[in-house]
Amino acid sequence: MAKAKDRIALPPVNAQKTIMTCHFCIVGCGYHVYKWPENQEGGKAPNQNALGLDFRRQLPPFATIVSPTQQNVVTGKDGRRHNILIVPDKECVVNEGGGSIRGLRMASYMYAAGTPTGERLAHPRMHTGDQWLETDWDQALAIYVGVTKKILDNKGPRELAFDTFDHGGAGGGFENTWGTGKLMFTALQTPLVRIHNRPSYNSECHATREMGIMELNNSYEDAEVADCIISIGNNPYETQTNYFLYHWLPNLQGSTVDKKKQWFKGEEAGAARFIFVDPRRTPTISICEAVAKDNVLHLDIQPGTDVALFNGLFTHVIEQGWIDKAFIAKRTKGFDEAAKANKMTLEECSRITGVSVAKLKQAADWAYKPKADGKMKRTMHAYEKGIIWGNDNYAIQSSLLDLVIATHNVGGRRGTGCVRMGGHQEGYTRPPHPTGEKLYNDQEIIAGKAMMYTAWGANPFQCTNNAENFRNAVTRRSEIVKDAMRRARGASTQEMVDAIYDAVANKGGLFITAINIYPTMLAEAAHLLLPAVHPGEMNLTSMNGERRMRLSQKFMDGPGSAKPDCLIAADIANTLKAMYEKEGNAKMADRFKGFNWKTEEDAFNDGFRMMGAKDVGGVIHSQGGDTGKLATYALLAKAGNNGVQLPIKEVKGDKFVGTEMLYIDKFGTDDGLAHFKPSPWNGLLAPVQKQKDKYRFWVNSGRINEAWQSHYHDQFNPAMKERWPMAPVEISPADATELGISSGDIVELYNDYGSTYAMAYITEDAKPNHVFMNFGHYNGIQGDVTTEAVDRNVVPYYKGTWANLRKATRGDYKSTVSFKSRSYAF
Amino acid sequence: MIQHVSRRDFFKMSGSLAAGAGVAATGLVPATAQAAPVNTGTNLPYPAKAIGKLGGMKVNEPVTFTYPDEASPCQAIRMGEAVPGGVGPNQDIVAYSVLCTHQGCPTSYDSKDRCFKCPCHFSIFDAEKRGQTVCGQAPTELPRIVLEYNAKNDTVTAVAVDGLIYGRQANVL
Repeated sequence: MAKAKDRIALPPVNAQKTIMTCHFCIVGCGYHVYKWPENQEGGKAPNQNALGLDFRRQLPPFATIVSPTQQNVVTGKDGRRHNILIVPDKECVVNEGGGSIRGLRMASYMYAAGTPTGERLAHPRMHTGDQWLETDWDQALAIYVGVTKKILDNKGPRELAFDTFDHGGAGGGFENTWGTGKLMFTALQTPLVRIHNRPSYNSECHATREMGIMELNNSYEDAEVADCIISIGNNPYETQTNYFLYHWLPNLQGSTVDKKKQWFKGEEAGAARFIFVDPRRTPTISICEAVAKDNVLHLDIQPGTDVALFNGLFTHVIEQGWIDKAFIAKRTKGFDEAAKANKMTLEECSRITGVSVAKLKQAADWAYKPKADGKMKRTMHAYEKGIIWGNDNYAIQSSLLDLVIATHNVGGRRGTGCVRMGGHQEGYTRPPHPTGEKLYNDQEIIAGKAMMYTAWGANPFQCTNNAENFRNAVTRRSEIVKDAMRRARGASTQEMVDAIYDAVANKGGLFITAINIYPTMLAEAAHLLLPAVHPGEMNLTSMNGERRMRLSQKFMDGPGSAKPDCLIAADIANTLKAMYEKEGNAKMADRFKGFNWKTEEDAFNDGFRMMGAKDVGGVIHSQGGDTGKLATYALLAKAGNNGVQLPIKEVKGDKFVGTEMLYIDKFGTDDGLAHFKPSPWNGLLAPVQKQKDKYRFWVNSGRINEAWQSHYHDQFNPAMKERWPMAPVEISPADATELGISSGDIVELYNDYGSTYAMAYITEDAKPNHVFMNFGHYNGIQGDVTTEAVDRNVVPYYKGTWANLRKATRGDYKSTVSFKSRSYAF
Repeated sequence: MIQHVSRRDFFKMSGSLAAGAGVAATGLVPATAQAAPVNTGTNLPYPAKAIGKLGGMKVNEPVTFTYPDEASPCQAIRMGEAVPGGVGPNQDIVAYSVLCTHQGCPTSYDSKDRCFKCPCHFSIFDAEKRGQTVCGQAPTELPRIVLEYNAKNDTVTAVAVDGLIYGRQANVL
């Protein structure tokens, strides 16, 4: 943290300047990192500081952003200390100099002993049964690999469970998804792998991909030129901030009309209309209404009724003739079957969704009724967790895409697209899953299966569904191992491995390793902690929500002996390889070859760049496509914070040519056609319906702008702990009055699955009998009351559960936490 | 820094707090007394600048002034009841730089919910909670102007700033 709250140190003109994409959300705003010796300082005159700004006088609005949160002092392994200042990049086309409240804290979240980040893991830690012991990598790997090998040799790979990131940004990246994926899938060959935010190894966009449409298919610029944007289960002011502020909002305000006229000559153009589909009134909706009320429509559907909504609209646009028949005939298949299966009148749709027929008609008019000049509207559909973690993900995506395809709002027209808004950045390159099974890992663990559990950049205790039951099972099984470790007094490393193995193979124990940058809540049950690094401490590549790939450059050392995840994976593989070679098992040793990486760039070159290389056997799944080989660290460094939109088409000189929009002429199916998919309305998933029948409050869950993808740091940050010391739960004034709850009280939510606690936040935006609780908080776990309900691909219905609510205690938050409305109104 | 509160004012304050908040005065007074002392964490050469008389301040109506120089617009508000960081006999006077800490747009005080709101990127700051960011993109709370109240002449004086004013390397140019 900066030393003083009322000043910062300016970078001198010769300060080192590197590129950094924001660690947190998918938008991936571009920043510059300035680094210079602690004892130096730039002057206030524009020619005396690296920002080139005149700090001798008050700067005007938008000149730059330099807050104390953007500054820190870091110490290298050589003991030298440097100032850092991390400033939004005005030339970055994503954020145009804007910074989010999260990205503007990046510098504060770089490692500095004596500050909140001093909580970072610096060296491996081993649990001895009753205390943590800081150890070295040799010892830690001997235990980890020793247990792994014994299980692999005696019981097979299915006993080796993993819970791992699959994304970009901090805690991910193309380098690290490849390193971990090659270890799990090629070397160990375990099928029992789940992804950090869901209990299986699966896509969150299964249906749309089957239909031929990958979920990131347009550019942020398309939001600037759409006639209409339909935002579904999605709160972009809080969760894709600068995409919303710099690319959506100008369209609603009408400031992109000239651009539309230029792009679409002779076509009617005006300010956009925004339609929000969300049972909850979000801060995003409040802002849009404050900006252009008449151009905003909120369809506040009953929870979980998305399929009915899209089927009703689909049927309506067919009846009205607002579909593109020529496009359907030429570039799609299965329209008739879907139209028949999804058929639903607007009256029926209204009855199920709770939205009036008039509002439904208005939405259809805005989004799909041809313009006065007869041309089809350009309507962009954007969705996120409301659908992804909704009532039957697969069915909702199918019904939405049926509507989108029929109205030709995907498939190459600029200003259209049907996209997920995203959570983390993306950054996927992995070998295929070894068996293709969609195992429900959490349920397997609860049922006593698996012997070893590695949580890699993942914290299921805080973030999974049915979390209380999962946590209890893991903790119970962990204790069996801890007990065995306690009893192994005076044990050598091999004897400890044997003791752990006996506990997991014969006594129902689970040996747990967490690989992370902090000791997370999972550390309560873990036996081994391995320290990783994050962007800035390693070079890392990722792509954002418009497939824009950037390199975040290393500018400082990580704490202690912490390493990039890909190199931890390599250490594990190389240690196993050496053990198999030593015992003369050439066949097994061969499985662990190909990890001779010295740097993260080696892992990048081995994974991301190899998919399209001619001399590589085997399959690689990569979001980079088969032209990944064109990307090099050197070219990416030159491309700066604008990077390149994947897939790369070619390299001209030292510049990339990327792809702005997918599916211009063919879709991602074998026949190149978009496939309609029948998806009739089937009501709520059964376990959820059961809770609804028994309990009063719908427990919606979601994110908060100030702490979005950043709770893992925020839990140590005094300012963030003051603002959000506990997961807030929004409650309507009527319900609060009835139950004697006031803002700041601590309430309990409980149902058949568990119980959790939250900080009451009373707001008129909440409807009676609906509550909204922050997801993923370190103090108050919403997942404790979610069910085990999943769709056919094991994607959970996190947003769907019902519970009862009571005041638990008055708490002590009233004096420090603001409970003012988070909606923007004046 | 210690607040200059007369004995009479002290009793007036604790009496009104006890009645208003429905909390025992003995429990509340030490807490507010702790909240009020100023800790600027700085030795920048801040000027002392009188911004007005308490008697001229109406409850919930902002008084505009500049501090620490003419280029830095600020507002002071008499909240009508004690708030964290408040000064005066009722510990209810607070003041902030009105430039949003995000990108420097002037915020406006919304007397309905007693928050400063930024029209550029919609950050909301709670005037009753030391300028805490209620929602929005601002990386820090609104800079709080540190005030002193002199009961003898009923004057409110700005003496320092807690937090960095937008668009500056340091608060004192």
